[in-house]
Amino acid sequence: MLDPQIIFAGVLNGLLAGGIYVLVAVGLTLIYGVLHIINFAHGSLLMLAMYAVFFLWRLIGIDPYVALPVVIAGAFVFGFVLYRLVIGRFSHGRDENILLITLGLSIVIDNVALLFFGGDTQTIDVPYAGSFVELGAAFLPLPKLISFGASLLICAILGLYMAKSDTGKAIRAVAKERQGARLVGIDVDNIFAISYGIGIACLGAAACLLMPSYYVTPTSGHAFVLVAFTIVVLGGMGSFIGAAVGGFIIGITEALGGLFLGEQLGQIGISLIFILILLLKPTGLFGSKA
Amino acid sequence: MSRQALLCALGLAAAVIYPLVAPNYLINIGMMVFFVAFIGQSWNIAGGFAGQTSFGHVVFFGTGAYTSTILQVTYGWNPWLAWPAAMLAGGIVGWVIAFLSFRAGLRGSYFALITLAFAEVFRILANSVPFTRGGLGMLIKADQRPINFQFKEPIWIYYIALALCVISLLIAWQLTRNRFGARLVAIRENEDAARALGIDVFAEKVKVLTLSGAMCAAGGTFYAQKYLYIDPSIAFGVDKSVEMLLVSMVGGAGTIFGPLIGSVALTAINEITRWLASVVPALKNVQPLSLVVYGIMLVLIVARLPDGLMGLFRRKPRHA
Amino acid sequence: MLEVRELSKSFGGLKAVDQASLDVRQGEIVGLIGPNGAGKTTLFAAIAGFHAPDAGHVAFEGKDITGLAPHRICAAGMVRTFQITQPFAKISVRENIMVGAYFRTADRKLAEREAEAVAGIVGMAGQLDQMGADLTVAGRKRLELARALATGPRLLLLDEVMAGLNPTEITEIVQVIREIRNSGITILLIEHVMQAVTSLAERVYVLNQGRMIAEGTPAAIAENAQVVEAYLGHGAAKVLRA
Repeated sequence: MLDPQIIFAGVLNGLLAGGIYVLVAVGLTLIYGVLHIINFAHGSLLMLAMYAVFFLWRLIGIDPYVALPVVIAGAFVFGFVLYRLVIGRFSHGRDENILLITLGLSIVIDNVALLFFGGDTQTIDVPYAGSFVELGAAFLPLPKLISFGASLLICAILGLYMAKSDTGKAIRAVAKERQGARLVGIDVDNIFAISYGIGIACLGAAACLLMPSYYVTPTSGHAFVLVAFTIVVLGGMGSFIGAAVGGFIIGITEALGGLFLGEQLGQIGISLIFILILLLKPTGLFGSKA
Repeated sequence: MSRQALLCALGLAAAVIYPLVAPNYLINIGMMVFFVAFIGQSWNIAGGFAGQTSFGHVVFFGTGAYTSTILQVTYGWNPWLAWPAAMLAGGIVGWVIAFLSFRAGLRGSYFALITLAFAEVFRILANSVPFTRGGLGMLIKADQRPINFQFKEPIWIYYIALALCVISLLIAWQLTRNRFGARLVAIRENEDAARALGIDVFAEKVKVLTLSGAMCAAGGTFYAQKYLYIDPSIAFGVDKSVEMLLVSMVGGAGTIFGPLIGSVALTAINEITRWLASVVPALKNVQPLSLVVYGIMLVLIVARLPDGLMGLFRRKPRHA
Repeated sequence: MLEVRELSKSFGGLKAVDQASLDVRQGEIVGLIGPNGAGKTTLFAAIAGFHAPDAGHVAFEGKDITGLAPHRICAAGMVRTFQITQPFAKISVRENIMVGAYFRTADRKLAEREAEAVAGIVGMAGQLDQMGADLTVAGRKRLELARALATGPRLLLLDEVMAGLNPTEITEIVQVIREIRNSGITILLIEHVMQAVTSLAERVYVLNQGRMIAEGTPAAIAENAQVVEAYLGHGAAKVLRA
């Protein structure tokens, strides 16, 4: 049996990782909740945003945290335009067709990245990268702590925005009843594009928060895509609270899986959870209807 | 003899003669075209004919590759005997995944994603358990004799790939003219209507995935025998899943010749980018470029050309 | 032939069908009418095995078929069509009907012949090579009918085969349904088009808010004006009388 202190540290680290997962998953679940499309390009877009953060730092020397507003805004615009130019035109018909289109997009994005950025692993060397905070037996990397707090803060702001702002209300109206929303004069297509943009903006934020403690390669998206889907399915497709709770559960599962089963086999927990949820309770923990 | 039959006979004759005149390099390319068309057809039978889009078909491929390799390397089986065993294993995995997923009522994207997750579970397991030697992969001892399913001359492995491809075409052709195939298409087009017309949708879907799994597993064994090496990321990686899906979609999902046409098209693109890379030094990293093209093609075809390249062929005579 | 006894089906607290009973006898054409949302389609779905009923039972030719899967019910000799037509869009009319015909035979040639014969019955002989997606509303309705017929049922459940058709098309399809009955197939049909029901059906059931509220000859139902008025809304009695 493992030392409870090690388990405690593992749980804490899992929670910290979960904080970022929440942000990634919130974007995915928002896109699903409003547009009813499964955005398979989610991981690839995150990877792209991570490269943006990397190059901002490498070329202009902007600290990832300072870059937050810029990258969030840029990601929003990118998502908005991507929806208008590509996804929106095809986001009808059979749902697996949209899945295939976003798969196609992810193939394009991954390989464009490989073509232009090369296959090397890139990291950002910020001065605080090696700082730790001691909490009981656990040493928590400072960047992970910061990203955890910032991630939750951003989610809270987003939640507030969805609840209070006119756009947020319109988005929720469209998510609930798109025909009805159209009837009361909401520009539904515009709301779709905005929602997609916000979903990608979440990735922008996640990228800024990830880079100080993580690395990026053109395949970085792969590592996140199944994780993000698992969180969203676990929490319930389209549910914000579900994405938050799911993010933490998956973060901890991953950490403990690694601890008990080792680096390789430890990854199996996420896929197994994904399969079991789909087989046993496809609506997830907080979902209404699949 | 109808025009189509004549064309098929001519095509087959050309494919048989081809390796007698082509250099080894081109024989290898031809072999890959037929091999990819074969595993693509295994995807097409489930994804194209029956409409059960899978993102993780590689799970069957890897099951086949590992089953025959383990039987051969660890238990000393003859690879020819291990081949049907691998197909059996692939069929069983197909049956189990289909049984679980369809019993749970998964459709469309959910089915696609759960197959992806199954492939991931298999990949992680293959990476972790001792009897697959984990990430080290497995080497098949080179002993180039036909009895070992290994050949000195590439022409033989080419003919085996061709035979596999022809068999898969015959299976697809049968599906366009028998009851099972008609039921699969009905299920793809409208599950509720299919049920109302007395089709046991669940049973038919399980059946087609079992068949598809067995076929794909046969491809896995073939691959292992050709390269004499497999590891978890080759055997269960997402790349092969995408390749099978791509050739079918590009060529024309749910058509007999779709996977073959798609395989030819993708190989052509691959060779063109390879050639470009040799003349344009800036493009020395080829692989991603062809994948970029594949991705764009996938988007365009799903959006604009649901019958893939076959759709182009088919439309022409009607207007002529 | 068909006995439905106190069938109930709820969706999340809402009772879509509430202890509904009905009988269909061999050789009859029976109508099932009721306002929108009365639960007619749900009742059909529960009879044909698409929804498992919460309570009650269904017997067909004396055998209990409650909650059986649709393909088993089809095998028993009862088949349904859909109100919202569900053609197999990417295959031809011939292939559409063959899917039904394959229920009785695995032989392609036989299925093809059978499909062509059925197409003749429903008046689609000239459209065999059209794609399912290219059909008009009337064509789709006929196709629904043809596919169901091709499975060789003894009882057909028709869900609003006349909705959305113009008067000429209705007259034509009424004729087709009569012929089908005359060939020995019993028919239970849901309808909104009252006129068609009164001219076709020997008996009519009225369903409202999930409950069976009346049963009788079309004339009797039409005479029962107050009941009809109360349950089908204002003006309904007038429509029926017309």
